[in-house]
Amino acid sequence: MTGRVVVIGVGNALRGDDGVGPAVVEALRSRVPDGTILTVSDGEPARMLDLWRGADAVVVVEALRAHPASPGELHTLTAGEAAARSGGTASTHALGLGECLALAEALDRLPPRLVVHAMEVADVQLGARLSEPVRSALPELVDRVAASVRQAHGKEHEPHGAEGPPA
Amino acid sequence: MNHRRSRVLRLEALARVEGEAALHLRLDGDTVAETRLRIYEPPRFFEAFLSGRGHSEPPDITARICGICPVAYQMSACRAIEDACGVTVDGPLADLRRLLYCGEWIESHTLHVYLLHAPDFLGRADAVELAREERAVVERGLRLKQTGNALLEQLGGRPIHPVNVRIGGFYRTPTAEELRPLAERLRQARDDALETVRWVAAFDFPDAAFDHDLFALRDPGRYAIDTGTPAVMALAGPGVALREVPLPGFEVHVREEQVPHSTALTATLDGRRYLTGPLARFAINGRWLHPVAAEAARDAGLGDPETGALCDNPFRSIVVRAVEVVHAVEEALRIIDAYERPPRPAVDVPPRPGAGAGATEAPRGLLYHRYTLTEDGTITEARIVPPTAQNQTAIEEDVRRTLQAHMDSAGDAADDEELTHLCERVIRNHDPCISCAAHFLDVTVERT
Repeated sequence: MTGRVVVIGVGNALRGDDGVGPAVVEALRSRVPDGTILTVSDGEPARMLDLWRGADAVVVVEALRAHPASPGELHTLTAGEAAARSGGTASTHALGLGECLALAEALDRLPPRLVVHAMEVADVQLGARLSEPVRSALPELVDRVAASVRQAHGKEHEPHGAEGPPA
Repeated sequence: MNHRRSRVLRLEALARVEGEAALHLRLDGDTVAETRLRIYEPPRFFEAFLSGRGHSEPPDITARICGICPVAYQMSACRAIEDACGVTVDGPLADLRRLLYCGEWIESHTLHVYLLHAPDFLGRADAVELAREERAVVERGLRLKQTGNALLEQLGGRPIHPVNVRIGGFYRTPTAEELRPLAERLRQARDDALETVRWVAAFDFPDAAFDHDLFALRDPGRYAIDTGTPAVMALAGPGVALREVPLPGFEVHVREEQVPHSTALTATLDGRRYLTGPLARFAINGRWLHPVAAEAARDAGLGDPETGALCDNPFRSIVVRAVEVVHAVEEALRIIDAYERPPRPAVDVPPRPGAGAGATEAPRGLLYHRYTLTEDGTITEARIVPPTAQNQTAIEEDVRRTLQAHMDSAGDAADDEELTHLCERVIRNHDPCISCAAHFLDVTVERT
């Protein structure tokens, strides 16, 4: 054990591909070592800051929109890269992950280690299921997140039977 | 990162809020001829999703409509189902519900005041710039918000999508002992809340006035949060008239109609444009604010709520939100101080055939639910009318007035970027729902 590791699946499971973050968190249950907190979030920045308070390492799983899109394609970003890819300041009602990370940096609340695993998504309509390209790419994303978690714990091997508290 | 192709990759909250916000402006010479806003996706998916489900399910399901105001959806759902089943939840269980709701008001309002609205008044691009330049201020906001979060966690079981709420009450009620640490936090939060009112009251507010009718729950003797009868106050015309719109007739008076050539809905109340939310609550319920909140309102220049003060400048909604946070903190303290654990965590709500309606005051305004049940409690019809849907027409009118005033003083010199920023400010005055509304405003200007 190196310390507290938090996995945050950002997204809404009822909104098609936006559910990719929560789906990864679900798939990780029983695959992560003790001391790993699995949680989901709608991404609201103040709550994100609360979720990783005191964490040594944070793994964020996000849906990513790209123009033009290549649904299912995976991206691994550092906190700095993700902050630089915020949607800009034209927001009327909400702040995205980029703004959240920039806010955390301004307040010295970035965790010591943070990585963002993001998947490009297609359909984020309410009620939609995960689209085919996203479903196909999900196992690889889960593997990548699991590897990040192991790395955060300083472990190289697949753990056995450990489970975090419910999200 | 993938550099094979040149593409724009963006991490946007938009992934959770499909349908880019669109504002279409038609300028006829130096007149703003039309403003058409599409910021809102009506909860038709959820209404369909609820059909065929059991009568105990709406609190859990509708809580997922909005990440910022799940409690509002739960409470309106509970009240509507309980109404259909002929059950009234009162006493300490009703107090606990209001305590939970106070947590949501504190959280939601503080988020909007500090991270979304205040930067507009301080010449800051956004919350990130505000945090860099005035860190202590943003820290205060996050501290205050966290107190609301703590209430949600204690009573709701977790901070988002609370799982402890059920029709009839709760799955588990806290002991008085368990609530004590919250009272301690709330007493500290009171100072932050009062400081917040003083901070926003000193902002520089553009001149503006609306004449929308105002619509809020009214519960004489109490600043309506989760109880009361809908009431409308007409500002236009002689005097200030107030009349009730009892829930059984809600959908006769409040009409949502499809706008031609758009998926947007426009809502009217008895055929008139109206506004719900903090400004409406303050006008209709102001005299029942907690004395500490009323004094904060007076000191902030909102007039004397005890004698029916009105605030018709939408830019000052930030001050009213801050006053409502003070009220929510005081109300939460009052409930905790008087709390005795109820003998049972919930009352039975056996199903019966028929329909029931419920309305509560979400942070953004009046939220209405109606359900029709069969004998075994199966839902055959669900109807949800959220505040952002109701406010769209009023927001369009605010945008039109503000732009017109701007063009009258600035002439045709206003460029599209300037217009866009101004429109965003006007929209932010009404804190449209974060989950139901889109993230980016795509403004098109048609000039003839």
